[in-house]
Amino acid sequence: MRGMKKWLLMAALIGAVTLFCGCKREYANGEVVVFNWGEYIDEAVIKMFEEEYDIEVVYDEFTENEDMYPIINIGEVNYDVVCPSDYMISRMIQENLLAELNYDNIPNIKNIDPEYLKSAEDFDPGNKYAVPYCWGTVGILYNKTMVDGEITSWSSIFDEKYSQNILMIDSVRDGMGIALKYLGYSMNTAEKSQLEEAKQLLIKQRPLVQGYFVDEVRNKMIGEEAALGVIYSGEAIYTQRENANLVYVVPEEGSNVWIDGWVIPKNAKNKENAEKWINFMCREDIALMNFEEITYSTPNKAARELIEDEAIRNSTIAFPPEETLNRCEAFRYLGTAVEELYMEMWNEMKATKN
Amino acid sequence: MVKRIIQKGYIGLVIVFLYAPILVLAVLSFNSSKSRAKWGGFTLKWYQKMLENDKILNALWTTLLLALASALLAALLGTLAAVAINRMKKLPKAVMMSITNIPLLNSEIVTGISLMLLYFAVSFSLGFTSVLLALTAAHMPYVILSVLPKLRQTSKSTYEAALDLGAPPLAAFFRIVLPDIFPGVLSGFMLAFTLALDDFVITHFTKNARVNTLSTVIYAETRRGIEPEIYALSTVMFTAVLVLLIAVNRTKAKAAKKAAERQR
Amino acid sequence: MSKEKGRLATHKRRMQYLLSTPYVLWSIGFIVLPLIMIVYYGMTSRNGDGFTLENLKLIWAPTNRSTLVLSIQLSVISTLLCLLIAYPLALALRALRLKSNGFVILLFMLPMWMNFLLRTIAWQNILEKNGVINMFLGAVGLPKLNIINTPAAIVLGMVYDFLPFMIIPIYNVLSKISDDVIQAASDLGANYIQILFRVIIPLSKPGIVSGLTMVFVPSLTTFVISDILGGGKVLLIGKVIEQKFKMANDWNAGCGLSLVLMVFIFICMAIVQKYDKDAEGTGVW
Repeated sequence: MRGMKKWLLMAALIGAVTLFCGCKREYANGEVVVFNWGEYIDEAVIKMFEEEYDIEVVYDEFTENEDMYPIINIGEVNYDVVCPSDYMISRMIQENLLAELNYDNIPNIKNIDPEYLKSAEDFDPGNKYAVPYCWGTVGILYNKTMVDGEITSWSSIFDEKYSQNILMIDSVRDGMGIALKYLGYSMNTAEKSQLEEAKQLLIKQRPLVQGYFVDEVRNKMIGEEAALGVIYSGEAIYTQRENANLVYVVPEEGSNVWIDGWVIPKNAKNKENAEKWINFMCREDIALMNFEEITYSTPNKAARELIEDEAIRNSTIAFPPEETLNRCEAFRYLGTAVEELYMEMWNEMKATKN
Repeated sequence: MVKRIIQKGYIGLVIVFLYAPILVLAVLSFNSSKSRAKWGGFTLKWYQKMLENDKILNALWTTLLLALASALLAALLGTLAAVAINRMKKLPKAVMMSITNIPLLNSEIVTGISLMLLYFAVSFSLGFTSVLLALTAAHMPYVILSVLPKLRQTSKSTYEAALDLGAPPLAAFFRIVLPDIFPGVLSGFMLAFTLALDDFVITHFTKNARVNTLSTVIYAETRRGIEPEIYALSTVMFTAVLVLLIAVNRTKAKAAKKAAERQR
Repeated sequence: MSKEKGRLATHKRRMQYLLSTPYVLWSIGFIVLPLIMIVYYGMTSRNGDGFTLENLKLIWAPTNRSTLVLSIQLSVISTLLCLLIAYPLALALRALRLKSNGFVILLFMLPMWMNFLLRTIAWQNILEKNGVINMFLGAVGLPKLNIINTPAAIVLGMVYDFLPFMIIPIYNVLSKISDDVIQAASDLGANYIQILFRVIIPLSKPGIVSGLTMVFVPSLTTFVISDILGGGKVLLIGKVIEQKFKMANDWNAGCGLSLVLMVFIFICMAIVQKYDKDAEGTGVW
């Protein structure tokens, strides 16, 4: 029994320490509940918003669009402003989950490059629901000491020369999309025969691939575990800082260009505060702070002009020239049946034994 | 003698296996590069940053509170349930045991989503309480399963004798039964605590925006790279528990030694 | 006297109701109702056409079938490896004759207090081409070990993550076996091997059974380990179920597959159960 007393004492102690919570300050203008990707903001910005607007920010993070979606869909928790990707925004619009924005409350929209607003119309016609926050491309990150010459084409990740030295992306749409693009098809195709062809190509590629990763490509490339890896452009600046041998390229066949944007769910309780938040995110100094922290490209023209480091301001990775972008395609939500077909093909490839 | 060395060597080997990754995490917490793949030199800055990071510290409190409260609740209710099940007749016992086993056989995502659906159906709003109840529900079977064998080893007659002698049932339970089954309660509690500390999926589906645990923070961060502050925090937590564990064990050993000497 | 007995009996019955009601209510609310929801989703069609067995039949789709087989193979291997590692360990721990079980339990449970994902990620640092092990091997001039991104790495990850679940129940049972029993056997002329197989192992069956369950079930449904250590090259059934819920947002299919998996695990455990006479009458366990 003595042992038990000790345990209870310890438990009580931990409990007491845990219960200790700081007093919260009062906010005059209520709150805004934000749902964003993990590590996708400069956290100082949140405090600045709270100070300036006297609105409490309840900040929550998600890992993937697919993690966020069911939570918004069921609507048990009321988020006021969320940051999904393009294809997910188009799905949420189709499923009537989003509220129309009132641009009177978002004057800073003027800072956003009209170019990006135009591309956002692919998934949000009329820019009714979403304001672009970050964008980027999918491409190849390679280690110039481990490959021959310059890499310019997707063909290199299907090349036997680099067997066991390739890190492929572990995401259905991205993975299938690359194969489709290499074959010269659209990344949004619904043709079964084209998907079948892409699957066969990926099955042939499978033995050459060291592994399929999403988040770990970054670390594995820095640690020189492989020669080539498929990665999002936003990671390129960071990885190059850590390992100067790394080069990022958008292959000549074209690739995916993606946009993450702020949207307001229909069941938001603080819509006006959410619009204030979006407006704040569009302010040039705030967008600049975020860009410098997370290194994902900003669609904010005014912020880009403020970037001091000329190399980054003119970087073709962070801000690819128009001709690169013209080769790229954004994902659209293809409807349940087609999306499932993609997944089936991908899984068949994964389950192949070769 | 040789046998003893082999035995101890084997125990040591397994311990090294279990603790090796934790050592890696500790080393990473001193790495000035943000990437786990590159050694950028020694630094203590992540420890300092950790103390300034409200998000992580809040998550730590929430995690500890949730794990502790859900494990206590599970231990309490689970012990009660085990006592009840143990006294049941054969058929109800078999039925209740099968039901008890269900949460253990489900994959976590099913448990998480089904609980979320349940909360939704009865319009119970998500938050700290909903996570607490979900974790308790998911981990209570572990308590029941570790208490039951102990109850089976405990003879019923002592308890009944106490009742015959006029002891109130509660007193009889606390004085006679509980000490016997306590090791089972303790290991059940520990198991529930450990599982709750590490849970991501169930928490993810039953929480709201204000509730974040270390696991939910870490998962959200995997996409853009885990902040080294997390490694620092893990190292601090681990060292603290280890030191506490060794200290408790030392004092216990000393007390035992003293008691033995006195007896002589 | 008989009056006394009657009082005791009423008291016992009342106690029984008092004790049972909370748990019965709790398990209806938190176990049975959610289960009914899973069954409901698993057996209805997604587009609202009512009852269907399509979701259950999904397990026979060629991809899912081979995925299931592979998952079973890997989890059986890891479970057996855990048993092979944990049993001698528990014997060795028993031989130490420690005063407090709590210390041993904590010692082996402590690693699990660190986040599961962090520990699995740390294994990459150890196993990678330029990782810790290969650094050592390289330093002493041995050939490099290429285990990362193979099924072997997945098995290692599973064994690592679930080993404590095998150690603790087995140690718990072994530490309870009285020395007198072993002494008696040895007095009767049994050698160590005989004692082990005729006395110790049979007596520790309950621990082995709960260890087997606690390792087998999570390793059958995991997918994080194969994503991180297996290089995502191996598709496991847990991943397929997760995709159904998350990517496809097809809860009906997800619940259907989960149901099949659940029934399968129930059957496996019932078979294992047959060998554990001690737990007679306690349901599936």
